[in-house]
Amino acid sequence: MYLYSKWIRVWHLINAAMFLILIVTGISMQYTDKENASYVVGFTKAVKWHNFAAIILVLNYIIFVTGNLLTNNGRYYRTGRKDFLSNLTKQFNYYSRGMFKGEKHPFPVTEERKFNPLQKLTYILAMYVAFPLLIISGIGLLLPEITIKTFFGISGLILTDILHITMGFFLSIFMVIHIYTCTLGAKPTSLFWGMISGYHREE
Amino acid sequence: MKLFIFRIIILLNLINLLSLPTAGSTRFNTDNEKVKDTISFVSRFDADNNRCFKCHGQEKYEYTNETLGKQVTAMMCSERIIHKNEFYSSNHRSFSCTDCHSEKYVKFPHSGELRMEQKYICIDCHGGDEKFAKYHFEEIEAEYQKSTHFKMEGEGFSCWKCHNPHTYKISVRNSKNLKETIAYDNAICLNCHSNFSHFQLLTERKEINIIQKHDWLPNQTSHFANVRCIECHTQINNNIPVSHLIQPKDQAVKLCNECHSKNSILMASLYKFESKEQRRYGFFNGIILNASYVIGANRNEYLNLLSLIIFVCVIAIIVIHIIFRIRKNNKTY
Repeated sequence: MYLYSKWIRVWHLINAAMFLILIVTGISMQYTDKENASYVVGFTKAVKWHNFAAIILVLNYIIFVTGNLLTNNGRYYRTGRKDFLSNLTKQFNYYSRGMFKGEKHPFPVTEERKFNPLQKLTYILAMYVAFPLLIISGIGLLLPEITIKTFFGISGLILTDILHITMGFFLSIFMVIHIYTCTLGAKPTSLFWGMISGYHREE
Repeated sequence: MKLFIFRIIILLNLINLLSLPTAGSTRFNTDNEKVKDTISFVSRFDADNNRCFKCHGQEKYEYTNETLGKQVTAMMCSERIIHKNEFYSSNHRSFSCTDCHSEKYVKFPHSGELRMEQKYICIDCHGGDEKFAKYHFEEIEAEYQKSTHFKMEGEGFSCWKCHNPHTYKISVRNSKNLKETIAYDNAICLNCHSNFSHFQLLTERKEINIIQKHDWLPNQTSHFANVRCIECHTQINNNIPVSHLIQPKDQAVKLCNECHSKNSILMASLYKFESKEQRRYGFFNGIILNASYVIGANRNEYLNLLSLIIFVCVIAIIVIHIIFRIRKNNKTY
């Protein structure tokens, strides 16, 4: 089943590549010490690459949002059904118990339903909550002159940085889980190939 | 485009800095300080000093030319102007002018030979004195003699180029506002390094361009506003309050993680007068948070631990999940 259009695949590839660069350089900036400078990317390089990858990521995010507004892909991110919570539980139970008992997937992939409820929730949180916060706080750190100086007596830069690092951390955790759940296809590699070829292989 | 915007911001910032203090010749007073200093301090040499301030305290002065028999109004050379308010706000405010200058200056017109008067330097008064022992002026002098500035003594460099005895006031030890201290101290450097009319007195170089020289530095504006020039351009000495060993430019700190790390050198320079406290609310170098925020130096040990726990838990869940999948597959086949 052809499920991932070309623009989605290109967007996804760029997003993944930039996010990996951002994780490595972000950790380097936060944890580089004089003693361990050789184990991570040096601070100067890390700053340059982090800024570069961040700008590409923001442009890519704009493409994602615009694409979702202009194409059918946006419908996969809409929710609001009353049974959403019970569906979430069903999907969670499948991942934690059902799949080991040989039960069938409660929400098989179709052209109308690309994401299962758990996927949908995490993708919405990642792409429409964490990403905007990450981008806004990142802009605040890139241009500290425009960042609020103090907020209730606490430095605006600290709050911005904590928000940025926290969102970056949660999105990194999301990425780890995302990569792992992508091994849960018909074969451990089939979902990865699907994102390259555009075709989803039935389980 | 970003570079262009940065440059504009930096230029505005520098203009702002230049309009502030140059410790050498202009003012650095907040309104409160002006009021406090001029009202609360009354020098016991006020009447004596006023004889000097009458001419040297303003841009013009008047005297009677006895040869011509008429009153003359003339402009005071800018280098000879001492603003009264600035002097009475400075560290040397309790002095009489003639404590440092010849008594012969009392007579007007001043004798021409007085221009050749030998001037004191800091160590002449502050050296070998128990009262000042804790500031280690002898070590400051020794550091200065090793510094790149000392090499210009032949061209007229001395303590006074940075510490104008008529206006200088200790700021870093006393100031509650670190940003003001940074601006004050940087203005001392910029007095020559961004002012060509002063710069050319000491060097043959035809131009100065601080912004261009620091092109490599990301977020110039933030760096210039949040750290002092001496943080990168001096060698730290823990025995003296402020390092005076100005190093040649090729030995300046250029590695970001000298400051942006857990063992930030800022703790031994800019923040050494603040509390010795190393951590606050779990933040390493917590004291920096009082005035600023330094990526890499202000990491939080609680958040570090929490993130590590979350990460380990996620990996553990994935590993357990994989084990169950393998067991299920083994059963199937």
